[in-house]
Amino acid sequence: MKKYFSFFSLRFVMGLQYRAAAWAGVATQFVWGGMMIAMYQAFYQTEPEQFPMTFEATVSYIWFQQAFLALFAAWMLEAEIFESIKDGNIAYELCRPMKIYPMLFARAAAMRISRAALRCLPILLFAALLPAPYGLRAPEDLVTFGLFLTTMVLGLLVTVAFGTLIYTVTFFTISPEGLRLVATTVMDFFNGAVIPLPFFPDKMKQVLELLPFAAMGNVPLRIYSGDLAGKAALKAAGLQVLWLFILTCCGLAVMARAEKKMTVQGG
Amino acid sequence: MIQMEDISKSYKVAKRNGGFKEACRTLFRREYETIRALDHISFTIKDGEMVGYIGPNGAGKSSTIKILSGILTPDSGTCLVDGRIPWKDRVNHVRHIGVVFGQRTQLWWDVPVADSYELLKDIYSISKDTYRHNLEELTELLNLGELLKTPARQLSLGQRMRCEIGASLLHEPKILFLDEPTIGLDAVSKLAVREFILRQNREHGTTVILTTHDMQDIEALTNRVILIGKGRVLMDGGLDQLHRGGANIDETVAELYRSYDI
Amino acid sequence: MKVRDTFHLYVHYVSIQVKSKMQYKASFFLSAMGQFLVSFNVFLGMLFLFMRFSAVAGFTYSQVLLCFSIFLMEFSLAECVGRGFDTFSTMVRKGEFDRVMVRPRGLVLQVLGSRFELTRFGRMLQALVMFVYGVTKSGIRWNGAKVMTVAFMLAGGTAVFFGIFLVYAALCFFTLEGLEVINIFTDGAREFGKYPVGIYGESILKFCTWVVPYALVQHYPLLYLLDYRTETWWSFVPLLASLFLIPCYGLWRLGVRRYQSAGS
Repeated sequence: MKKYFSFFSLRFVMGLQYRAAAWAGVATQFVWGGMMIAMYQAFYQTEPEQFPMTFEATVSYIWFQQAFLALFAAWMLEAEIFESIKDGNIAYELCRPMKIYPMLFARAAAMRISRAALRCLPILLFAALLPAPYGLRAPEDLVTFGLFLTTMVLGLLVTVAFGTLIYTVTFFTISPEGLRLVATTVMDFFNGAVIPLPFFPDKMKQVLELLPFAAMGNVPLRIYSGDLAGKAALKAAGLQVLWLFILTCCGLAVMARAEKKMTVQGG
Repeated sequence: MIQMEDISKSYKVAKRNGGFKEACRTLFRREYETIRALDHISFTIKDGEMVGYIGPNGAGKSSTIKILSGILTPDSGTCLVDGRIPWKDRVNHVRHIGVVFGQRTQLWWDVPVADSYELLKDIYSISKDTYRHNLEELTELLNLGELLKTPARQLSLGQRMRCEIGASLLHEPKILFLDEPTIGLDAVSKLAVREFILRQNREHGTTVILTTHDMQDIEALTNRVILIGKGRVLMDGGLDQLHRGGANIDETVAELYRSYDI
Repeated sequence: MKVRDTFHLYVHYVSIQVKSKMQYKASFFLSAMGQFLVSFNVFLGMLFLFMRFSAVAGFTYSQVLLCFSIFLMEFSLAECVGRGFDTFSTMVRKGEFDRVMVRPRGLVLQVLGSRFELTRFGRMLQALVMFVYGVTKSGIRWNGAKVMTVAFMLAGGTAVFFGIFLVYAALCFFTLEGLEVINIFTDGAREFGKYPVGIYGESILKFCTWVVPYALVQHYPLLYLLDYRTETWWSFVPLLASLFLIPCYGLWRLGVRRYQSAGS
C-alpha cells in the first residue's frame, strides 16, 4: 500500500510544479463559471417557471463544478497512458513490483486531486464573496455537508474507476484514440458537464440518474446545492457505492485478462 | 568574413528547488538568477576557413551560433557577417547562410525528402537552373539518389543527416553552421559526412563553423580551434596546440577543461 | 509579384501538410470525428435546454442555432488556417522556431504554413447543417444586403479568432505556462458564443464590443438579420472587427523581439 501512496505523492508534487499554470486555471474556471451563470440567468429571466432547480442552487452547482472540475472532468483521461498501452511500453511496468490496475488507479486519482487541490480554494473563496444570488451559499446543515463530502469522495472514486476501466479495455482495441474520443464524449454529456442533469427532459433524466455517469460529480454537487436531499440523496449515494463496486470488479477482471495477454503474446 | 567583437549576453533564469514545501512556496514567489552565457567574446573568421568551436555543455556555444545566425540579439558588442549585422537584417542575412542543428530536423517528417527540397526551393526562391544544378551535385556527392524518394521518418540517422546537410546547401550558402553534425552516427556515416564537408569547403570555398564534442571531427576537418568556457574564449589557435604532449586529443581537451576549471 | 510569390509558397506549404496528413488516414478520420462529436455535444445540450424553454432573451431556438452555426464556421475557418499559432507553444518548446528564424521569409507566413488542420472540416460540416436548418426556420426575410452581411460575419469572425490565436502565440514568447487563460477567448468563445452575446448582460456585451469584438461579428449583425436593426450600415459592422488584428500583430512583433533578446 505504501508504494502506491509514494507513487501518488510523486505525481501530486509534479502537479504542483507549475505556478502560472495553476493561477491561469483558476482565472479560466472563474470566468467560465461566471459565463455559465450569466447564461442560465438569461434562461431563468425568460421563463422562470420552466427552471428545474432554484436559481441559487444552480449557481452553487456551477461554482462547485468549476472548483472541482479536475475531479470529475472527462478530459483528464490521459493520452499518455493510452499511448503507452498502444505501443506496448506499459509492459515495462510489469517489471516493477506493482500491480498495474492499482498503479493506474493511483495515478489517475493523484492527477485529479493535485489539480483540483490547487484550484478549488481560490475559486470557492471568490465565489463565496460574491453577492447573492451569484455567490456560493453555505450548505443547509452539517448533515448535508457531511453527505456532500462523502459523496464527493465516492464520486471521485467512481470517476477514476470508470477511467481505469477504459484504460484496461484499451488493451483489447485497435484504436485507442477512437475509444478515448467516444469515452470522453459520452462521459461529458451524461455526467452533467454539458448541462446539469436536472435540465434534461424529465423522462430522459429518470433513466440517466441510474447510469454510472450520474454517480460521478452529479451527486455531491446537487447535494451541496440542496437540489438532492433526504431519501433521494441516500439512494444516489447507494447507487454510487454500487457502481464503484461494479466498475472496479470489471476493471480488475479485464486487467487480469490483459496481463495474461501481455505476458503470453508480449504486448 | 565574420567579426565578433566584445559580444556579451546574459540570461535570467528562474530558480527551482525540489521538495514539496518549495513547490508550494514558488506558487507565490520566484527567485531569478542571472547567467552570463557570453562574456566579451571576440574572434575573426576569414572567408573559406574551417573552424572548430568547442567547449563543455553550457559554455555558450549555441548562444554564439544563434547570434551569428540572427536568432539572438546580444546585450553588447558588435558582430558583422560579410558586412551585415545578423539580427538587424535577418531576412537578407539568412539567405546567405546554412544551418544544420544536429539534434533537430528541418525536413518535413512524413513526406519524401524530395518534396521537402522542392519546398525549400520556394522558400529560398532558388531559380530553376540553379536548383537543378545544385541538386544534381548534392545527390551525387552525398549519394542521395534513393533517399530522396523516402519519407524522412523512415530514414536512418546517418541517411537523414546526409539529407539534412543537402537541404542546408541547396541555396549555396557562403557560410555553413554545423551544430554537432555527427552526433549519434555510425562510423561509415561519420566518415561520409566529414569527407563531404571537406570537399564542400575545398571546392566552393564555404566557410564552415563546427561545434562538436567529437574530437575526431575536429582533427579531420579543422585547422583552427576556438575553445570557450564559462562564456569566454579560452584558446584560439591551430590544431597543433591541442597536440602538445603528443597525447590523445580527447585527453588534451579534458586536461584543458580541468586547467581552466570549467 | 511579391504577393503572388508569397501566396504560391503558402499553397506549397499547405499541399505538404495535406500530403503528410494523408499518411495517417485513420487518425485523420478519427480527429475529424472528434471535432464533430465535441460540438455535437454542445448542440445536443442546447437542444435539450430548448425542449424545456421556448426562447432565451427573445431569441428562438432556430435563431440561436443560426447564430451558433455562423460562429462555429468562423471559429473552424480560423482554426483550420491559423492552427500553427494555436500550437505555437510546442514549436517554441521544441526549438523549431529557431529554424523558422534562419529562413529568409516572413515569420507569420512560415508559422501559418507549419500547420493546416483539415480535420476542422468535421466541425465545419456540422455548422453547415445547422446553418441550413437555422436559415430555413428562423423566418429571416433574405435580401442581397443580408446575404452580404453573412459573408462579412464569416470574414470578420475569422479575423477575430485569428487575432486571438496570434495573441496566444505572442504570449508563448513570454511564458510557456499559464497560457490556459487564452482558452477563455477560444474554447470559451466557441462555447458561449452559441448564444448572441447580448443575453449575458450589459457589461459582457460592452467587453465583447470594445475589447475583443465578438459582438461585432455575432450579436449586432444577427439583430440586423432579424430586422431588429434596420439601418444598412449595420451590415458593415462585422468588417470593423478585423481592426482587432492590428494590436494583435503588434503584440506578436513585441514577442518576436523579446525572443531575440531573451532566447528560448
